[in-house]
Amino acid sequence: MLKDQEFLKSKASYCLDLAKKMGATDASVTVGHSISETVNFRNKSLDASDRSDGLALSIETYLGKRRSSISSSNLLDENIKTLIQKCFETTKITPEDEFNSLPDKNLLAKQIRSLNLYDETRFENDKKIKYLKDLEESASKDNQIINTESSFTENKSNFILANSDGFCDGYKTSSFAASCVTVAKDENSMERDYEFTSKRHLSDIKQAIDLGNKAAKQTIRKLSPKKIGSEKISIIFDKRISKGMLSVFASAISASAIARGTSFLKDKIDQQVFTDAINVIDKPDIIKGMGSQNFDSEGVNSNTLQLVENGILKNYLVDTYNGKKLNLKSNGRSGGTTNLYFEKGNISYEDLLKKNSRSLYITETIGHGSNIVTGDYSVGATGFLVEDGEFKYPVNEITIAGNFKDMFKNIILANDLEFEYSVNSPTMMIEGMTVAGK
Amino acid sequence: MSIFFNKSDLTRQDADKIVSETLNNCDDGELYLEESKSESILLDDNKIKSSNYSSDLGFGFRAISNEVVAYSYSNEISKDSLKNSSENLKSTLKSIKGTYNHEIPKSNKKFYKDINPIEQKTLDSKLEVLNKVNDFLRKKDGSVKQVTASFAGEQKSIEIIRSGGEALTDVRPLIRFNVSVMLEKNGRKETGVYGIGGRQSYDDYLKNDNWKNVCEEAFRIASVNLESKPAPAGEMKVVLGPGWPAILIHEAIGHGLEGDFNRKKTSAFHDLMGEKVASQGVTIVDDGTIDNRRGSLTIDDEGTPTERTVLIENGILKNFMQDRHNARLMNTRSTGSGRRENYRHIVLPRMRNTMMLSGNQTQDEMIKSVDKGIFAVSFGGGQVDITSGKFVFNCTEAYEINNGKIGSPIKGATLIGDGPSILKEVSMVGNDMMLDPGIGTCGKAGQGVPVGVAQPSILIDKMTVGGTKL
Repeated sequence: MLKDQEFLKSKASYCLDLAKKMGATDASVTVGHSISETVNFRNKSLDASDRSDGLALSIETYLGKRRSSISSSNLLDENIKTLIQKCFETTKITPEDEFNSLPDKNLLAKQIRSLNLYDETRFENDKKIKYLKDLEESASKDNQIINTESSFTENKSNFILANSDGFCDGYKTSSFAASCVTVAKDENSMERDYEFTSKRHLSDIKQAIDLGNKAAKQTIRKLSPKKIGSEKISIIFDKRISKGMLSVFASAISASAIARGTSFLKDKIDQQVFTDAINVIDKPDIIKGMGSQNFDSEGVNSNTLQLVENGILKNYLVDTYNGKKLNLKSNGRSGGTTNLYFEKGNISYEDLLKKNSRSLYITETIGHGSNIVTGDYSVGATGFLVEDGEFKYPVNEITIAGNFKDMFKNIILANDLEFEYSVNSPTMMIEGMTVAGK
Repeated sequence: MSIFFNKSDLTRQDADKIVSETLNNCDDGELYLEESKSESILLDDNKIKSSNYSSDLGFGFRAISNEVVAYSYSNEISKDSLKNSSENLKSTLKSIKGTYNHEIPKSNKKFYKDINPIEQKTLDSKLEVLNKVNDFLRKKDGSVKQVTASFAGEQKSIEIIRSGGEALTDVRPLIRFNVSVMLEKNGRKETGVYGIGGRQSYDDYLKNDNWKNVCEEAFRIASVNLESKPAPAGEMKVVLGPGWPAILIHEAIGHGLEGDFNRKKTSAFHDLMGEKVASQGVTIVDDGTIDNRRGSLTIDDEGTPTERTVLIENGILKNFMQDRHNARLMNTRSTGSGRRENYRHIVLPRMRNTMMLSGNQTQDEMIKSVDKGIFAVSFGGGQVDITSGKFVFNCTEAYEINNGKIGSPIKGATLIGDGPSILKEVSMVGNDMMLDPGIGTCGKAGQGVPVGVAQPSILIDKMTVGGTKL
């Protein structure tokens, strides 16, 4: 059973009271409980099942401008006592930092809107098994598919965030996720690809059959890839890769990277960083949104932020500590973005494919090749050569490279935006990047 | 005395009884109990940014029957909680029967001491080192604009209880000290990162002001990168320096030789056992038994003593790395490679310290033999697609080679290659094998575990360098 608000609140106030009693000037605490159940299938039969049930506690104690934190999964009162004692002892000898403080009281979330983030439906393991059977049946129809692995995870979570300024709130969330990884083989090669779905409500997830079909189709079309030569070419990023560009952008405009001076977007507020057709929005109050939240990890109210307007950088992602450093108010982004997306472009997906007589369509990248300090980008890639709007043949063992400063100013977005995940982008084209191959 | 049975109503006898009864009709499985204490202290932007202490306690209960693994974990160690888990496992495996394999090898060897590194150095003296690092680097050169330094320490105690009451225990210390520095000169910014660590106390690594060497190395890498030019794009010869660049071995072939991918036949290596997969002279081992190394383990997370497993001997594929589950299904034995990040995760076959052994050539000979290529000295991370065999890793320090001479430094570029064929492109193996400084964490299926790597300098005849300069 998922622990209720009352239980979590009683633990939270026990912690706050204790910290205060020991002499902490301020304190904040998060108590969470999460239950998740996963069933894994492989080649149409049960492979594994996994159940987890976990409590988590984290506490920060302040002594004036001194701060330190502890976290634990053991919520027995005796253990909490020992930990808070240890935390406060550490706080006493940690040097002062003028920017340490709880969030400003007037920025704290006042009322909790219902965003419909919790679906209490219990999807029994037998039903998960049925879903995965259907999924793998459809994924393995083609005899080039030699292995299928799939899983279904149901998660229910609840949490309370409380601080010594009187903030005390939290809510339940749920997620239902299914994924399928397929391996295909022909005489020349063996390839892997995947498809997944993840939603707050059970009734919104993709149909098992569609998921399996799509995973198989995406894998089979990668067989017998070729390596192409090194050249400058326009690159089309599939949605699952273009959303990654947004995540890089988000880390480059986090107040922490800006305050530390370690971002290629430092001092770029009110300047053109994308082409003027580009708008980037972070919207926390999407009903059933995978990234939706009422307040951030410090309890600060979060509203919709237009991060980029007509290509111009308008806002950083600000938390309390780094905000104070930059002389900015927190905008409720401690913990990062919520539902982040590029507004859709004007050109259709088909027209984007045809825009150049020859382009490279990227479906997967590997490696950690994004450098936030310099903006340099270089990753391994897999995809397809597209000629006159047609997918000609699969391509692999190549790298693509550029610098985000240039890449952002050459983005063209298709009009195929969908709200599937917490970060969403339409299909994206960037002209003039370098491909290294043969 | 077990640390796990004085905290609640669960006694050792109860645990034995529930474990034996649950696993009675299974092929394998165990109760895994874990207590970990960890700390992280971070200096950043001239200040102690955070100091965190964390304690975690929990169990993972696993039952295996034929190919099916049932797993249940909780962070409440109590009789009720364990019984609940037992019911979960039974309900998954209700119609399946097996015969429990009681056999588990024994060894008295230990590869690190039962210490708690967190308690062995006071917080004050840790803060003092971090502040010294900050002052030292900022005074060193006006181009230093940002300094980040951190300590991370951990003590993990585990106990494995098998059906029939057999118990195996291990206490694992682990520390890491890391310095990152950002320089700015003529409008250009570059970072350099260096770290050290392993399974000893902080002071074993920091004695004789060794923190200064860590600072100097981070500063040197950043300085080199300030002068870097765009990297070339295309296929060319690559000389890899000794030590940490062995993450090439880890990514290119290590993951592909893990038992699970080969049992499932999804690894590009699954049908290559006994075949030539590398040039003559290339020998690769995965070794869990080197004293105090980050990737070393006295026993793995299933209780099997670790060993030195020969993966490739003189170019020929000899062994995969196995946990008990995959070994049983592939009719072989565990190589002591069953690992998990913590009690929340299932065991998977994983690497420990993966090493290419020395040959007899020199780095000089390699450089001299290259007309046009790159010399890669240090790397960030890497990644592999097990099925297609394609892998990448990112250079953080590299130079052009022109006509047998080392030229200008080049910007961080990704190198990409094909796992099953890359080692056949190795044409020289150096005599200078070196272990990495103790900083590696390997990720697989969402689980991170500490690992080590080692290699001598090597020359690869053909690899694609992912720069921007055509």
